[in-house]
Amino acid sequence: MNRLRRLNTKKVIITIIMFAIGLLFLMPFIWMLSASLKAETNVFSYPIEWIPSDWKWDNYRRVWFGEQPFILYYWNSIKVTVLTTLLSVTVSALAAYGFSKIHFKGRNVLFLIVLATFLIPAQAILVPQFMMYRVLNLFDTHLGLILLNSFSVLGTFLLRQFFSSIQDDYIDAAKMDGASHFTIFYKVVVPMMVPAISTYAILRFIWTWNDYQGPLIFLRSDHLSTIQLAIERFSTSSGELYSLIMAGSVSAILPLIIIFIIGQKYVIEGIARGGVKG
Amino acid sequence: MAENEATTAYQSNTQKQQLGRFKSTKFKENFAGYMFVAPMLIGTTVLIIIPIFIALAVSFTDWVFISGFQSADFVGLENFRNMVQDEPFIQSVVNNIWLILAVPLTMVLSLVLAVVINKNVYFKGFFKVIYFMPYISSIVAIAIVFQLLFHPSYGPINEFLMSIGIDNPPKWLADSDWALVSVIIITVWTSIGFNLIIYLAGLQNIPADLYEAAEMDGASAWVKFKNITVPMLSPTTFFLLITGIIYSFKSFELIVVLTEGGPGYSTSVIVYYLYEQAFENLKSGYASAIAITLLGMLLVITAIQWIGQKKWVNY
Repeated sequence: MNRLRRLNTKKVIITIIMFAIGLLFLMPFIWMLSASLKAETNVFSYPIEWIPSDWKWDNYRRVWFGEQPFILYYWNSIKVTVLTTLLSVTVSALAAYGFSKIHFKGRNVLFLIVLATFLIPAQAILVPQFMMYRVLNLFDTHLGLILLNSFSVLGTFLLRQFFSSIQDDYIDAAKMDGASHFTIFYKVVVPMMVPAISTYAILRFIWTWNDYQGPLIFLRSDHLSTIQLAIERFSTSSGELYSLIMAGSVSAILPLIIIFIIGQKYVIEGIARGGVKG
Repeated sequence: MAENEATTAYQSNTQKQQLGRFKSTKFKENFAGYMFVAPMLIGTTVLIIIPIFIALAVSFTDWVFISGFQSADFVGLENFRNMVQDEPFIQSVVNNIWLILAVPLTMVLSLVLAVVINKNVYFKGFFKVIYFMPYISSIVAIAIVFQLLFHPSYGPINEFLMSIGIDNPPKWLADSDWALVSVIIITVWTSIGFNLIIYLAGLQNIPADLYEAAEMDGASAWVKFKNITVPMLSPTTFFLLITGIIYSFKSFELIVVLTEGGPGYSTSVIVYYLYEQAFENLKSGYASAIAITLLGMLLVITAIQWIGQKKWVNY
């Protein structure tokens, strides 16, 4: 009893210490949120005014309904992100099934080739991609941007890890009943793998929403801009209006924080399982 | 004996049957396989593999983007020779090597946090979430916030340093001696969550009886950490090291938004310099040569790590 209590005290103290360290990770977010609700003159006041003395909700109105068509940028991001996620999940799930459950000639070599492309930094092939996009009329289109992020090595790898855990017996039994691979895929495997597929869908959503390089290189027209591109431009052009820049930044990451908190179990499990990084 | 023969005969019979069935369905199986992986393979070929070959071809030319491809001339290895004398490029390579430092630093911090969180805290799930927040946040937003936090004269970090008696705090991103350090700090801050999650998963796989046996021998916490945790996690450590180093070479968005490689070239990295050459100076040929060199470097680093793995990873 005595020992148990002593251990608990130790655990409580460590929890408190870890929370203090955890604050280092939260502080920039809290600072961002608090600055976004302050009057411009109070943004840098020191000691830091964590809770604004004068709540400026108006900052958000000025960002969202100001000179910049913020709603349009938001809509562009939603459109590109949702379509990329749908396409990428489909492509990756099909490939993952092929690479884990169908025994075809050359499977291992092809999988190795796909895996090896992970080594290649996206920036190394920007010039040729840019040339090709010009020729194919995909430059400065949302379709081009969607295609760019839809063929993911990481997605294929992660889903293959999950799909490999399905017993071959299920597949063989369905085959005995005369089911084709496609039927097995969408009637057996997909329903069994909803958690795995959700994990990848959430990760792809987060990565695509946050993508800055793609829009930076492959979009030119302002009306096609995504939110990441827009807040970066906004922050360069607004100079000293830090409270508004922070309101824009909060707006850009809020959907993610919400999705992450709802799906955190999937995200963390998926990351742990596949060891994937965006 | 007879029983054995019968079993063997039975086995070879079923094997034959299976083989026959296997052959008759083999074409179907192959075809289905190719159909399933086709979208991924076509996408990868068109968007990644073909561009690598184009980059290789372009790297031997003096092509300048605006002038059209017809005007490009074959220049052999000139681009590669120029690279050696290109000081900003050399500096970018050196900066990349410094940036690799963030990898072991992140790993050590994450390992310590993972070990503590694994056994010794309440609200384990809560801690996973808060340490992981930077990882899921947009690099653009993070870079913008850190520009303000690190602001040399009125940023909260320097205000804090001055309030505790440091009169001349570093100017962080505005000072070419400190800018790269600031980039490393931000990189560590954003990567701890990922490393922590992977280490926590690795810790789950260590059999508890190893610790129990050590406890019976009266091993201290440090001895257990050194002799059980660290060696048992070596495959995880290897994985994090190899992917971490590859990612450190891909660090682009943070640099573009945070510093644009500056002040001077003090935070320029290879991929940033490549981008600048390609899209600001429009030197497509030269940029492609940098791209090919970078790929070569990554291949060599990966090969070295694979060889090294056999020496120090205990399975």
